[in-house]
Amino acid sequence: MDRRRRHRLAIGLALITTLLLIGGLAAGSEGWSLTQLAQTWHSADGALIVGQIRAPRTLGAWLVGALLGLAGATAQGLFRNPLADPYLLGSASGASLGVVLVLAASLLGGHSISLATADAIARIGLVAAAFIGALLGVMLTLTLARGAQQTTRLLLAGVVVGVVLAAVSDLVTSAAPDALRGKQAFMLGSTGFLGWGSCAALALGLLVTLPPSWRLARALDALTLGVDSAHSLGLALPRIRLALVVVLALATGIAVSQAGLIAFVGLVAPHLVRRFAPATHGFTLIASAAAGGTLLLMADVLARSLIAPQEVPVGVLTALLGGGYLIWLLHRRRVS
Amino acid sequence: MSTSLETFSTLRAEQVSVSLGSNQALREVSLRVPQGWTAIVGPNGAGKSTLLRALAGLQAPDSGDVLLSDRSLARMPPRERAMQIAWLAQQGEASGELTVRELVHLGRLPALGLFTAPSAEDEARVDQAMRDAECGVWQQRRLNELSGGERQRVLLARALAVDAPWLLLDEPTTHLDPPHQAALVRLMRRQVQAGRIVVSVLHDLSLALLADRLVVMQAGRIRAEGSRDDPALHAALIDVFDHAIRILKLESRWVAVPHLEP
Repeated sequence: MDRRRRHRLAIGLALITTLLLIGGLAAGSEGWSLTQLAQTWHSADGALIVGQIRAPRTLGAWLVGALLGLAGATAQGLFRNPLADPYLLGSASGASLGVVLVLAASLLGGHSISLATADAIARIGLVAAAFIGALLGVMLTLTLARGAQQTTRLLLAGVVVGVVLAAVSDLVTSAAPDALRGKQAFMLGSTGFLGWGSCAALALGLLVTLPPSWRLARALDALTLGVDSAHSLGLALPRIRLALVVVLALATGIAVSQAGLIAFVGLVAPHLVRRFAPATHGFTLIASAAAGGTLLLMADVLARSLIAPQEVPVGVLTALLGGGYLIWLLHRRRVS
Repeated sequence: MSTSLETFSTLRAEQVSVSLGSNQALREVSLRVPQGWTAIVGPNGAGKSTLLRALAGLQAPDSGDVLLSDRSLARMPPRERAMQIAWLAQQGEASGELTVRELVHLGRLPALGLFTAPSAEDEARVDQAMRDAECGVWQQRRLNELSGGERQRVLLARALAVDAPWLLLDEPTTHLDPPHQAALVRLMRRQVQAGRIVVSVLHDLSLALLADRLVVMQAGRIRAEGSRDDPALHAALIDVFDHAIRILKLESRWVAVPHLEP
């Protein structure tokens, strides 16, 4: 029965993802249509639009979601807490501080170069700043927690780092108020800037993080018995925890740097997987990545087509969808 | 069926002190764990579980040392220690979505490590452990679908699946009904016959008085140690429980009952 459920989930995810990939190519500023996709494809401009804008954005959205889903499943296993979220070790606040600092610096410095170049530099600068900020946030958490020996201390340190870095961000934005808009856009998350370069970075991120966390899946299984029991089974927990925290930091850092703070995908994707096909972490980790990709892709297609030609910020949609799902879950629990 | 048994290994605590926060849980405890089945007993907060965790290598002593065949547990590679000492936690910590079989399978981790696929022999050990703990019928169920007693048997099977010469069990009879308590006692005796050494913390004194030897703890120290028939041990037991129990002989066995007269 278990195997059948796992197969069903895998097939379902593959089907929905395929449909969404086509949807992602078809969804544009004139709305959503397959005939239009065919027409667009045959015009010279159209091929450019589909090949250079919609295709990387669609693939990139899936990859960002996959990284967040993987990070969420890893965090929930590592902290033995189904409410753990990929951002809880300080990566979110670190990334936003990085973005705010770069924005403030470029605003204070002023522009003396052409707008397009400045835009490109700002873009690369922001990506790097978010990534480095996310990693530094997690490193600060690790330092405060004196390593990954104790999960409670890690969680507490993550909260402290989150609060302090957010306060520093606020301080900077109050000195340079123009950075506030950029910060807000970053906090909402967006799939609109994803190009082929982003896709390459994201795919590399997934390649670097998925294998090691999958290799440590059995350690996450053992942790479900409790920390002492996992220890009694001969697991070198401090080292394993550190490796998983690094995976978590890299996956979140890369996702955040390319698409901003996209809420709830990392929390909800592993939940959905465990609900439909409870299994060992070997399956849960990979399926959560797939489910995260599907979820964010779905949100992206919706974001582009709901009020076309305008777009809903994708982070708002994931928050609504994810929040709605959690409310439904709470309601069902109370009823049953 | 066991190949990893080292009946001649010894486990001893030497002057072990452990503080948990501001509480001195163990005060210079020395104990050479005897062969057979030993029960650790004592009032709440006496340090029973801490002693068991120290003996299992899960609690590093603040001072003193725990030695397995004269090697310090603290300096032993974790997997080597895990293959020698199987440990069962007090219930309540385990959670998650694993099936019973997947969970019992975790007992093979010390032998396999994280990256090796299980062999037919590992599967056979898992089957045997589930048979021994009488939980084979729930193979495909999940922990959260089982009652407290059923979960306890599953977790016990997980500890048995390690197939280690030392078996350290913290309150293994919690949530078990009398037939399964009796089954557990028979199981522990079978483990001893197979050459294993069993140490269990037990709350139920009548069950503890079925063990070969007892260690009586009080306020972080070992108050008495001896065979279940030892009158001095009985006296110490009555004393650490503030004379609120009586120990009686019933059908050639010792039982402890609450002492109700003032």
